[in-house]
Amino acid sequence: MLKSRKELDAELGGAARAWLDEALAEAAHDAARTEATHDAPGPEATGPCTSPPWELRYAAAGRHCGLEHADSVRSLLLVEARASLPSVTRLYEQGTAAERRAVLLTLHRLDLGDTAVPLVEDALRANDTRLVSAAVGPYAADHLDPHAWRHAVLKCLFTEVPVAAVARLSHRARGDAELARMLGDLAAERTAAGRTVPEDLRTVLALTAPAEGAQQAPPTAAPAAPAPTEES
Amino acid sequence: MRIFDPHIHMTSRTTDDYRAMYDAGVRALVEPSFWLGQPRTSPASFFDYFDALLGWEPFRASQYGIAHHCTLALNPKEANDPRCTPVLDALPRYLVKDSVVAVGEIGYDSMTPAEDHALAAQLQLAADHGLPALVHTPHRDKLAGLHRTIDVIRESNLPPEDVLLDHLNETTVKAATDSGCWAGFSIYPDTKMDEDRMVTILQNHGTEKILVNSAADWGKSDPLKTRKVADAMLKAGFTEDDVDQVLWRNPVAFYGRSGRLQLDVLAPDPLHEGNSILRGGE
Ligand SMILES: [Zn+2]
Repeated sequence: MLKSRKELDAELGGAARAWLDEALAEAAHDAARTEATHDAPGPEATGPCTSPPWELRYAAAGRHCGLEHADSVRSLLLVEARASLPSVTRLYEQGTAAERRAVLLTLHRLDLGDTAVPLVEDALRANDTRLVSAAVGPYAADHLDPHAWRHAVLKCLFTEVPVAAVARLSHRARGDAELARMLGDLAAERTAAGRTVPEDLRTVLALTAPAEGAQQAPPTAAPAAPAPTEES
Repeated sequence: MRIFDPHIHMTSRTTDDYRAMYDAGVRALVEPSFWLGQPRTSPASFFDYFDALLGWEPFRASQYGIAHHCTLALNPKEANDPRCTPVLDALPRYLVKDSVVAVGEIGYDSMTPAEDHALAAQLQLAADHGLPALVHTPHRDKLAGLHRTIDVIRESNLPPEDVLLDHLNETTVKAATDSGCWAGFSIYPDTKMDEDRMVTILQNHGTEKILVNSAADWGKSDPLKTRKVADAMLKAGFTEDDVDQVLWRNPVAFYGRSGRLQLDVLAPDPLHEGNSILRGGE
């Protein structure tokens, strides 16, 4: 998915590589500047005209390094600049879909704690599948509360974003009875409408089974609650 | 047949239109920012609109196998409203975006001093950002408006090869092509131009540096007018190559001046085509 600096260096042509070198140097410079003035008084300058130069590079990454490398280049810039919450928020809110996507894909590599959750929540309200799939990465796995995370999984099923995009899916789904209920209800709704139940729904449902060794009804007991009706 | 609609407002159109356009041969389009019919009252309304032209609308288009680019600007009509003019200050941060291939639609509506200022300022923004400009010619007092537009372009830092003059007709085509600008024709039912008049203009002026668009929007308009012009051209004896020049190569050459045109849209996956659009009410 996201390529490292080394992998990019191997794939980019000379002009693109030189552009990337300069862009990363600007990002590193900004990180150093922020570090140096960290304790300085005064509000951070965040107006659109005072954005650091690497943020303009961030917008232009696709046309200098190729659209296929834009996610990777933007992600490297964010990491190199050690982008702060105001910075990632500005890049997300003022970004194209592609620029927003790169922010979402990089949140877990930045030192943001859970402060960037509103950006993930915003992306999960979108219907653009490029944003939805980028929003359910490692940062969402770490920081979304159970309710929001379950809705994110359902959102993937609704928009047909493959659940393979959901980071640490099996870990978070395991033993999640509420998620199992929601999936069961969705399956029943689909079946009632004469529509097919997505394969991914069955995949996630299977993952909600409690872990081996967790408290489970003994095998000889009466069957647990009936499995959701997936077929009529 | 491959068609590039260089001026169409898809925000106002449905997914049926996208499908019909694809079936007619449209593979690429440019959506200029413009007036919404209902006046905006704050810059924030523009920013949400620009974001849609850079986000949701390209996504919708890609679902139907169509490459979507846009032109951004403060349109001439709303340039007269002081509540909207701060948009000019915010444009630089939008003009650096990958899918912005021109500044536009700019130009004159009522030829006021406020429009003079917005036109000159935005021609300069185009020059500063290495972008061409899509310049609308006024509907009222069109020929005088065209001459004044050309004067302002001459005084600007943008060369005429970087300007597309749009909504031209029989009375304005000569002055427009003499100026060295590209010439755009909007084929719009009842007003502007129709396909047979367009064919006559092509017969008289040739196929070089001429672009044809549907300008389809929220008014009575037809997103398939580009294809109808192509068919009318063939019927009148133009070759397939002539059609390709007017309806594909000319718009590619003009917007390609931005260096930002990306025409290889991913073909829609048949299993997923339109799915998230179908879920639009979700
Ligand atoms: Zn228009």
